[in-house]
Amino acid sequence: MALTETGKYSQGSVLGSVNPDIASERQTASFSVEKLTAWLDGGAERTRLRRAVVEAIERDPVFSRENQYFQSQNESYEAAVRKAVHLQKKMHEMGWTDDGPEFKYIYRALSGDLAFLLHRIFIRSISVLGSDKQIAKWIPLATQYQLIGSYAQTELGHGTYLQGLETTAVFDITTQEFVLNTPNISAMKWWPGDMGRSATHTVVFAQLYINGKCYGLHPFIVQIRSLQDHSLCPGITAGDIGPKMNFEHIDNGYLMLQNVRVPRENMLSKFCEVQPDGTYVRRGSQKINYFTMTTVRISLISDEVVIPLMKACTIAIRYSVVRRQSKLKPREQEAKILDYQTQQEKLLPQLAAAYAFYFISDYLQELFNRGYREIQRKNFDMLPELHAFSSGFKAMVTQYGTSAVKICLQACGGHGYSLLSGLPSLYTKIFASCIYEGENTILLLQTARFLIKCFMAASTGQSVPPSVTYLAAVTPEKCPAKNKLDFLSPDIYTEAYQHMAARLISSTAAKLQDLIQSGVKKHDAWNQCTVQLAQAAKAHCHYITVKNFAETVEKLETQPGIQKIMKHLCDLFALHGIFSNAGVFLHDGYVSGAQMDMVTASYLDLLAVIRKDAVPLVDAFDFTDKTLNSALGSYDGQVYQRLYEWAQKSPTNKQMSPAYERYLKPLLHKTLSKL
Amino acid sequence: MMMNADLRRERAAATFQPELLTHILDGGAERTRRRKEIEALVINDPDFQHEDLNFLSRSQRYEQAIRKSSLMVMKLREYGIADPDEIYWFKRICLGSFPEPFGLHFSMFQKTLETQTTDAQKEKWLPLVHGVKIIGTYAQTEMGHGTHLRGLETTATYDPATQEFILNSPTVTSIKWWPGGLGKTSNHAIVLAQLYTQGQCKGLHAFIVPIRQLGTHEPLPGITVGDIGPKFGYDEMDNGYLKMDNFRIPRENMLMKYAQVEPDGTYVKPLSDKLTYGTMVFIRSLIVGDSARSLSRACTIAIRYSAVRHQSELKPGEPEPQILDYQTQQYKLFPLLATAYAFHFVGAYIKDTYHRISGDIHKGDLSELPELHALTAGLKAFTSWTANAGIEECRMACGGHGYSRCSGIPDIYVTFTPSCTYEGENTVMMLQTARFLVKSYTQVSSGQQVTGMVSYLNDLSRQRIQPQHVAARSVAVRINDPVSLVEAYKARAARLVEAAAKNLQAELNHRKSKEDAWNRTSVDLVRASEAHCHYVIVKLFTAKLAEISNAAVRAVLTELCLLYALYGISKNTGDFLQAGILTDAQITQVNQRVKELLAIIRPNAVALVDSFDFHDVHLGSVLGRYDGNVYENMFEWAKKSPLNKTEVHESFHKHLKPMQSKL
Repeated sequence: MALTETGKYSQGSVLGSVNPDIASERQTASFSVEKLTAWLDGGAERTRLRRAVVEAIERDPVFSRENQYFQSQNESYEAAVRKAVHLQKKMHEMGWTDDGPEFKYIYRALSGDLAFLLHRIFIRSISVLGSDKQIAKWIPLATQYQLIGSYAQTELGHGTYLQGLETTAVFDITTQEFVLNTPNISAMKWWPGDMGRSATHTVVFAQLYINGKCYGLHPFIVQIRSLQDHSLCPGITAGDIGPKMNFEHIDNGYLMLQNVRVPRENMLSKFCEVQPDGTYVRRGSQKINYFTMTTVRISLISDEVVIPLMKACTIAIRYSVVRRQSKLKPREQEAKILDYQTQQEKLLPQLAAAYAFYFISDYLQELFNRGYREIQRKNFDMLPELHAFSSGFKAMVTQYGTSAVKICLQACGGHGYSLLSGLPSLYTKIFASCIYEGENTILLLQTARFLIKCFMAASTGQSVPPSVTYLAAVTPEKCPAKNKLDFLSPDIYTEAYQHMAARLISSTAAKLQDLIQSGVKKHDAWNQCTVQLAQAAKAHCHYITVKNFAETVEKLETQPGIQKIMKHLCDLFALHGIFSNAGVFLHDGYVSGAQMDMVTASYLDLLAVIRKDAVPLVDAFDFTDKTLNSALGSYDGQVYQRLYEWAQKSPTNKQMSPAYERYLKPLLHKTLSKL
Repeated sequence: MMMNADLRRERAAATFQPELLTHILDGGAERTRRRKEIEALVINDPDFQHEDLNFLSRSQRYEQAIRKSSLMVMKLREYGIADPDEIYWFKRICLGSFPEPFGLHFSMFQKTLETQTTDAQKEKWLPLVHGVKIIGTYAQTEMGHGTHLRGLETTATYDPATQEFILNSPTVTSIKWWPGGLGKTSNHAIVLAQLYTQGQCKGLHAFIVPIRQLGTHEPLPGITVGDIGPKFGYDEMDNGYLKMDNFRIPRENMLMKYAQVEPDGTYVKPLSDKLTYGTMVFIRSLIVGDSARSLSRACTIAIRYSAVRHQSELKPGEPEPQILDYQTQQYKLFPLLATAYAFHFVGAYIKDTYHRISGDIHKGDLSELPELHALTAGLKAFTSWTANAGIEECRMACGGHGYSRCSGIPDIYVTFTPSCTYEGENTVMMLQTARFLVKSYTQVSSGQQVTGMVSYLNDLSRQRIQPQHVAARSVAVRINDPVSLVEAYKARAARLVEAAAKNLQAELNHRKSKEDAWNRTSVDLVRASEAHCHYVIVKLFTAKLAEISNAAVRAVLTELCLLYALYGISKNTGDFLQAGILTDAQITQVNQRVKELLAIIRPNAVALVDSFDFHDVHLGSVLGRYDGNVYENMFEWAKKSPLNKTEVHESFHKHLKPMQSKL
């Protein structure tokens, strides 16, 4: 890349050719990238469809994300609205539908930078919680964008604990209306997306009062802005909650209600109804509500965690074969940074985790589909397990994924810190997933509650769901591995994970019982064990992830080329977990000190093996350059040229800053006192 | 406004006086007084008021930063503040979480000119620098080169005919990239370039290069300069790029205190280049202190907010408790609080040690430098990694509101996180420390004694004579005694250094080249360095306890020190178990004791963050306000958001309305 002629800088002539340092990585792939891509997509036909959708989106300049990193909050919001509006047109043109197979690919191509995502939740909540009559009235209006909806649950002072929400809805029998109020500043609705500027309507969760009696939380459809001129309706105070770490394109909002009246028919009444005389009627089972949360948590794992993690790995690994720094051998050229063991040890386990979570997300989806079929047959038996799974995995995967993206960011040195690397925005976005749809610690404790219950049941011989039968299984006292190669056997490491998870769950259960028997109140005992309980829940999810990865690899026997590399990744994922959590495996002597040295040796050996296929393994994720939107991660590896050209487009270079005339010049000429 | 009732209760229940602890952190009551006096100068000065920076565009933020930088220059002079600590106090209250575009002018640019120039050069340049007649920066890093300095590509070719150097950026990778203040602010830069004279490359040298025209501030012919674009943080800073095309500077612009180029092009070699070591040690020691302060600020915000925020129920039928009463919340935050204190004491130790031996350094006695250099490299990496993760954890502990810019934690995080990279990439730093550790280990193996923080390696040879020694150790560890825990950390460090050194030897025995063997052992080597640094921190924290005279303060710091040490064990149980330093049963006790300590520290948590004594202006956080009136002020803050400037956003007229009328 010797660019001695100045002209070449602006022409960008190297763009278009592939950097030889990245090209050479692709020549030695041990497997067919195209085959792996097709397998990940679920068949070559799906790959074709995905590429067609992505191409259609990317060819349309309205959807361009090139200036994304230069935008102010106002500009981002406007762009998101513009894209969302344009997308309606586009979908109509292309014949795509909201519930068709394309939507997921559209979302992927746009990286979710789109307004009206809460509008979709608005629609979903009416479909699930509304009566047939309500559905008939509101859904057509919403799908045709005659109104824009949001979903207002969280309040300034209340998130996790729904019973604590303070917004009230008092039934007024004389006018047949509900009167909604925000009694306190902490009761203000806070955070709902699309609510700050866009929404005309929102579903508000409020404590229902009839004749002075509180009936708990219920959903109400409330109009907040005029359909004519978009001004706020009487009694409504609403606006944007201000800048955040990311999601600047979304107008997360606040909402204050002062004696806002809505007709009786606006309470969503599939399960509960207030009759004209004020009689409160409950009907049907609300268990299905749980199921909605489960759906959201499971789909979030793939859309908001696995995809960003795959992107981060793609960027960091491609950059690490282009970036050369220091020398591994004297007299040789500076080495690619991916050739350093420490760099491999940062990035390759994250790559393995991206694959592991991709597979666990499939597994959860399948489990969910099975559960859904049962529920349609009015069998709710699977609900507790589904709920526990979706909570625990949401927590474990978002937390792991966030830390993995952070590692990718930090592994790119200074350039990773530039927004143009794409990594900071991936990080700040994935980070939010640890909080929304259930704070992670709370979710892990929900899973732990389920595990403790199952453990108690299993130890008294009662039947438990298949995923937790291992809690009662008899396993060997000691890990049988004799040399480092034994640790490349999935049976060996899966069993080690199983043993470790079962031990953590049983010892926590025992501790809880001890405390209760010694006279500690149940809730106090629970609080005293929560650190351990959260750890046990994570261990359970880690075990299932390893086991599922191993089973996925086993099923690949028809594709030996892919199977081999997937096996390496599975081994790496498992051994990395043992290596980084050595204490819990060593604790009761299941793994001995000598065996831990074997784990470390095998683990480090694997890094060098996977290193050779690292670039093909990220190529297989098949992200276009526009989707990655990264100067460091593009397919052609022309990192520096792209970075240089892109930086010159920054507004700080294009607009004249008044800073010099106003401040620097007077300072340099010592006339600042005139300021 | 009244103080929030929860915080009032928390403060009343503390078992010690926070001011006394503040004095310890500041280094004496008089220094606390002076610091507050200086802070008041800024806080009460209307010239320093401005809109919340989070509501401004990047260009506007840069402009504000320049305004403040210029003002600070004038005001510091007006007040006659010249002591480095006092300048620092003044600036940090003024800047909050943010950097200033003049930062490099007063640090690297000025310092380099003071230390690497001849007397004639000093006479010419220093008045210009001190009087801010010119503004300079320090341009070392290139787009393709950071860590490996010898790989820099910028060239300075001497032309004896005109007695000038010709500067060139021969490739795109050679463009100077990242220097702060380079993009828009500076009119001069110290440029590091490969010197060519008489057809030979003489390696890297420093040159003073004018880049913008005095008076008009336009880039000079042959200079391409600009801003490198938006970053994760550092919006105030115009990190820049610089490309030079046959740009000529006079021979006198090479910094010639050490190496020289004579008019005819003859190159005169420098005597020693070890002196630059000292500056690096100094700057890295500042990062250790900065890790402590950044983590302390995040802890202050998260702990105060956790005392104000109520959620869910602990006991059926009772009101929602403060989230700080949940064990999981305490487990997230209190070890970080303990870490913040530990790092404060470590930062102070390194700073003192540097000042103690810098006299020797100037006299040419460099004997203590290698160890201090190795130690600061490792501690810089260890503390910045830990603080970085800790700030993130604090943000996570504040739930959704931690994600809002009004919490202030995002700003602390994005400003702090690059310190894992700059002034020495952390992994590279850890490997430098490891090199020193392996060297010391090799010395011990060959029968020599080593001194200083690595002297524990001397014990290794004794242990080999008495094979029972290590096993016997495990029973000896007393988990309630910090001094005994220091021994446990020492044993772990010794074991990991030894393991890494042995693995390195084994790789070498496999006919690997020295470099290959080093690379194939580097994961082990980093672990060894981490264990060494961890030991040093526990040791320094423990040593500090003895210096504290007030019993109540000593008691609470002892609890924090124990928590720091025990928590570290519980997070690294594998190392302690595998080496036989602790038994399974002891690990269980450690885990239990950590949880007991959380409950013991709980009543003092707010007082412990109050002791850091961050003024609200410096903290820049709605969640962490001293008075705890969080929700009212979040609402007030949000109302000022740019999206709220008009009641109906223009997007309605541009996009929403047309869509609705078409569908």
